[in-house]
Amino acid sequence: MKTSASPLKWLASREGLYYLALALLLVVILPLALDPFRLNMVGKYLTYAFVAVGLVMCWGKAGILSLGQGVFFGLGGYCMAMFLKLEASTPEATAIQSTPGIPDFMDWNQLTELPWFWEPFHSFAFTLIALIGVPVLLALIIGLAMFTRRVGGVYFAIITQAIAAILTILIIGQQGYTGGVNGITDLQTLMGWDIRTDEAKTLLYFVCVGLLFLCLFTARFVQNRKLGRILVAMNAQEMRVRFSGYDVAAFKIFVFCLAAAFAGVGGALFTLIVGFMSPSFIGIVASIEMVIFCALGGRLSLLGAVYGALLVNAAKSGFSESLPELWPFLMGALFIGVVLAFPNGLAGLYQTYVMPLEARLFRRRTPTPPAAPATGRKDDGKPFDPMIDHFSPEKS
Amino acid sequence: MNTVNSKDFLLAVEGLTVSFDGFKAVDDLSFYLDPREIRVIIGPNGAGKTTVLDLICGKTRATSGSIRFAGKELTRLKEHQIVHAGVGRKFQTPSVFEDLTVFENLEVSYPRGHSVMGALAFRRDAAVVEAVESVAETIFLKDQLDRPAALLSHGQKQWLEIGMLLIQKPDLLMLDEPVAGMSVTERKKTAELLKVITENHTVLVIEHDMQFVGDIADRVTVMHQGKVLSEGSIEHVKSDPKVIEVYLGH
Repeated sequence: MKTSASPLKWLASREGLYYLALALLLVVILPLALDPFRLNMVGKYLTYAFVAVGLVMCWGKAGILSLGQGVFFGLGGYCMAMFLKLEASTPEATAIQSTPGIPDFMDWNQLTELPWFWEPFHSFAFTLIALIGVPVLLALIIGLAMFTRRVGGVYFAIITQAIAAILTILIIGQQGYTGGVNGITDLQTLMGWDIRTDEAKTLLYFVCVGLLFLCLFTARFVQNRKLGRILVAMNAQEMRVRFSGYDVAAFKIFVFCLAAAFAGVGGALFTLIVGFMSPSFIGIVASIEMVIFCALGGRLSLLGAVYGALLVNAAKSGFSESLPELWPFLMGALFIGVVLAFPNGLAGLYQTYVMPLEARLFRRRTPTPPAAPATGRKDDGKPFDPMIDHFSPEKS
Repeated sequence: MNTVNSKDFLLAVEGLTVSFDGFKAVDDLSFYLDPREIRVIIGPNGAGKTTVLDLICGKTRATSGSIRFAGKELTRLKEHQIVHAGVGRKFQTPSVFEDLTVFENLEVSYPRGHSVMGALAFRRDAAVVEAVESVAETIFLKDQLDRPAALLSHGQKQWLEIGMLLIQKPDLLMLDEPVAGMSVTERKKTAELLKVITENHTVLVIEHDMQFVGDIADRVTVMHQGKVLSEGSIEHVKSDPKVIEVYLGH
């Protein structure tokens, strides 16, 4: 509510401090502490945070569980990969092919000209529009088909999962058009700028952090408007929202498209940061992993989702380096643990155990009550009350 | 109003039928509401009372028949369109947004910014605050505006839900057992509340409490097995032998 009043005041509020802390971590601490290779990996983890933030809005707030967010992530990623691949496939660079000037995998698959849907990806402007537009368009179609027919809950989750499976099969099957199971690889430059150097990777990392904050603030804006309250209300009392005069389906479609847009941006950044895109980042397993990032971080907390994506991916890399075969079991155990022991994830644990300590510290330092009311909450400084806290405006 | 065949009725239900797998929960039902009338529907369990409200507000689709409201045919409209046409519905169990405060509950129901973009652009201006406060006064919750609805008593939640309807400024209010589960004092206050409401609304109420029905009703419709058994003043239906046999007798 009170955010627009004064940005400085907001930064000094408790919520603002949490955002500052994340910014400090991502912009100062990690770049100083890590070598370019590791920083690039953190950048990769952060591209998943885009999806997780979208899931907080879509699943945590509005109660729409999508097990197919990898689809939107992948579409954004493929849009970017197609642009980069075309740039790498100049007639000079591909002179040894039987048809020079088309991507190498097309040549291997006996294609002799560029398919029509690849043509527009010569344009960077088109690519930028498409990497958000294509995921949003698909989300819109799915949303129109599902939500206006009141398909929800488990059925919706299963359908989104099926879509993830279908897209994977489609991409793998149409090898000549999509690069098949290998994906689109050997990407080199973005508008003539080599993305494989350490400097480029570091710069891309900062672009990723910047866009992630843009995405966080967008989500925060939506959630602090009346629209955000309607989403939460819809989750708990869909019928009452409907009979208060709202077209529930339109709101669900909106939030689903919003999450798809975030995922698309994340996917495009993934392609830039990692240097290739393949169906393995889209499919069922990848999509479910994305839900786990969100669940572990805290599905009601935007910042929690970012930490969830960072931590799970860091753990995944760590384990995969030493004990690769154990990782799936550990991740399964993590997910079960979250569901059973702390359903609101790390953010929920933080609210339960750390925030009361924080409040006490605050009080000791200043004789007057802490200057926290700028977060717009009534229970500031008081112990966490799960009854009230669950769906109140974002905070952790 | 461009009413032609519904004349000066606010609501004209004609030949309304709904069948669930062959079972006719409402069977060829017809009744008419005048503007500013308080009509109470009574009847034994399973008579189809709640289904009638469901049909009017669009929660259930009619198999056949027509529901004309202020010249509009409601049977083909979606729920939220029916709300915008001016029909408010309160459910039997209080359904308020527990996680929102009383103020926010009322604000959500305020009839502005109901589209996605409208809800994004919505601002809490003086008109909203004034409307919320005036309704809160009517429903005895003026001093509870900042409390989460989860902390209200059962009776207060019922009032809040009525308030959420009032702020929509509907022409027709439909209340499903508004005093069920209320204490004696809450009941009295609710009767007062309904009196205030009926000064400028048409109200359709389902109620079992005959004392309460007698206090508020202009006319009573008795339903039995999806049909109208009797209709008229409370005295008239109370003395109707058919009504005594199926409903009041036990």
